[in-house]
Amino acid sequence: MAASKDAAFLRIEDVVKDFGGGSVAVNHVSVDIAKGEIFALLGSSGCGKTTLLRMLAGFETPTSGRIVLDGMDLAGLPPYARPLNMMFQSYALFPHLTVWDNIAFGLRRDKLPREQVAERVEAMLRLVQLGKFAKRKPHQLSGGQQQRVALARSLAKKPQLLLLDEPLGALDKKLREETQIELVNIIEEVGVTCVMVTHDQEEAMTMASRIAVMSEGRFLQVGAPGEIYETPATRFVADFIGNVNLMEGSLTEDEPDHVLIRCADCTHYVGHGITGTEGMPVTVALRPEKIQLSREAPGGEFNRARGKVKNLAYFGSFTVFHVALQSGAMLKVNQNNSERHRDDELTWGDEVWAHWSPTAHVVLTQ
Amino acid sequence: MSVVSKRPAWWRGRTVVIGIPFAWLLVFFLAPFLIVADYSVSEMGAVRPENIYSVSDGVVKLALKYANYVTIVADPEHLYLRAYVSSLKFAAVTTALCLLIGYPFAYFMARARASLQPALLMLVMLPFWTSFLLRVYAWKGLLEDGGWVAQLLLALHVDGLLAATGLISAPGKFMYTPFSLVIGMTYTYLPFMILPLYANLSKLDLRLLEAAADLGATPWQAFWRITVPLSKAGIIAGAMLVFIPSIGEFVTPELLGGPQTLMIGQVLWSEFASSNDWPMASTVAVVLILLIVVPLAIFNKYQAEAQEKRT
Repeated sequence: MAASKDAAFLRIEDVVKDFGGGSVAVNHVSVDIAKGEIFALLGSSGCGKTTLLRMLAGFETPTSGRIVLDGMDLAGLPPYARPLNMMFQSYALFPHLTVWDNIAFGLRRDKLPREQVAERVEAMLRLVQLGKFAKRKPHQLSGGQQQRVALARSLAKKPQLLLLDEPLGALDKKLREETQIELVNIIEEVGVTCVMVTHDQEEAMTMASRIAVMSEGRFLQVGAPGEIYETPATRFVADFIGNVNLMEGSLTEDEPDHVLIRCADCTHYVGHGITGTEGMPVTVALRPEKIQLSREAPGGEFNRARGKVKNLAYFGSFTVFHVALQSGAMLKVNQNNSERHRDDELTWGDEVWAHWSPTAHVVLTQ
Repeated sequence: MSVVSKRPAWWRGRTVVIGIPFAWLLVFFLAPFLIVADYSVSEMGAVRPENIYSVSDGVVKLALKYANYVTIVADPEHLYLRAYVSSLKFAAVTTALCLLIGYPFAYFMARARASLQPALLMLVMLPFWTSFLLRVYAWKGLLEDGGWVAQLLLALHVDGLLAATGLISAPGKFMYTPFSLVIGMTYTYLPFMILPLYANLSKLDLRLLEAAADLGATPWQAFWRITVPLSKAGIIAGAMLVFIPSIGEFVTPELLGGPQTLMIGQVLWSEFASSNDWPMASTVAVVLILLIVVPLAIFNKYQAEAQEKRT
């Protein structure tokens, strides 16, 4: 099969899925995914990410648009004829088959000779380190082990594309964190291109090389995790990924090296390359970890705001302060707990100054 | 100090709830069965306890007569054996036909739109609203000369084939044959096959079929590799519910069957009613129960072992 001339291994071209009744699940979505990428579709439930994944797998037919995998249009191919495999949400392991038979299921459908099936299953069992569980039934395994069986089963046929539907959604938090890294290592070892669906931004950030943030059937932003976090394109993305303080304001001064934005509680001095027209309404997004707190007023007149600690939430490694500003707006500030005990520890009711650097902001117009 | 602890341990709501049906079964099933078993080892004539055991010098002596059991096996015309075998045969054929018809029915019922399912379930249960006897009688009218089903079968020219395979005695004569008996029994017991199958199939996790398709199984392969094995419990439950009552069936063979279809239920009845040979009738009944209980027990043991292996 001829590899496509550009880097696109999987090409999703203007795909629409309309279930009728006024609900368009996936609305004109296009993206090119390169070979070896782990691409995450991130969004809350009902945003269309699962529908898009199911269209890739062949369980749903696009209303319009094309899906091209390695130069081959997948239209009209039933799920069982597509050169891709899926790891299902909560795994969908066959309960009546052993771990071994679960992994062998796909290979046997390909009518591979017995020895080759055995060889491949053994290799998969080694890959996910489940060799001694081969004879067990799925319900005799822990959640993490089931997850690895599901992974082994979906990799057994050496798919060109691996689809992951909420791959770690059924695991508890601690196990999830360990498994994220392990899963990425296995996927990279095999070298398979991967599209995953998740509602968990941490999961998407840790695992994916690129993320598409979805809402109401559309891609709001596609980019590397750092890009999406540090330069969100819209208020929705800024708000959806991580915590953020959003402040409405208007641009009051536009100079070559900076702009000034006047908000209710402060004036922002933004020192990185943006420009606009004076008086235009904008939203300033400030991540909580990019703000400092101090009892004394910081120098200068910009990028600072006065308030009172209304609430604090201790997370161990850091503490989140909720600072009530003069306008009544609440500012979230993360402070690292780099020391064990401090004499001047901030607490409820303290008057504080919040301040931040000229490069901390993201200025959003939509 | 709690009030509950004052009560004796056995006096709990739970004990009563379980106890009442158990007492019922004890009095109205186990006791009569023991009486029947008792009859089966006594001689013709007045059956009295003293015929069976006697107490002499403080030692209880049982006088058991196994002659009836010998008769069942040694009867020169093999009346009993043939009736048992034909009962097993017709019950097996009925079960197979019910499964063949009931499985697709239950399958599509379980896959039907959710709003449609109660109506379909109602259709399966609808026959129960009419008397069983009436429904079996109705088949007489349908299969007799000139009956609608008989006319249909004639129009389809299948009577020659049926006659050639021995299912009917002569072309055009459908009543009082193995054919009419099997039709009647299949019709009667079909709901008992469909209901447990439907209950099982409607619980099937459809994502398993998607997973199978994703791994390269065609819908047909997914059906045989996933759906059928996972509905095994439903198949077994349905088969038991059809097979067990059909073995002892009396009404349907009496009304729809003929000389070729003597079933053990009819033999049992004639021993009790016509011959008035209660000990013989009891023997037939005991053997019939053994015939059903032994395979059931083996099956249960197998199930329990399979269960144990899993845990």
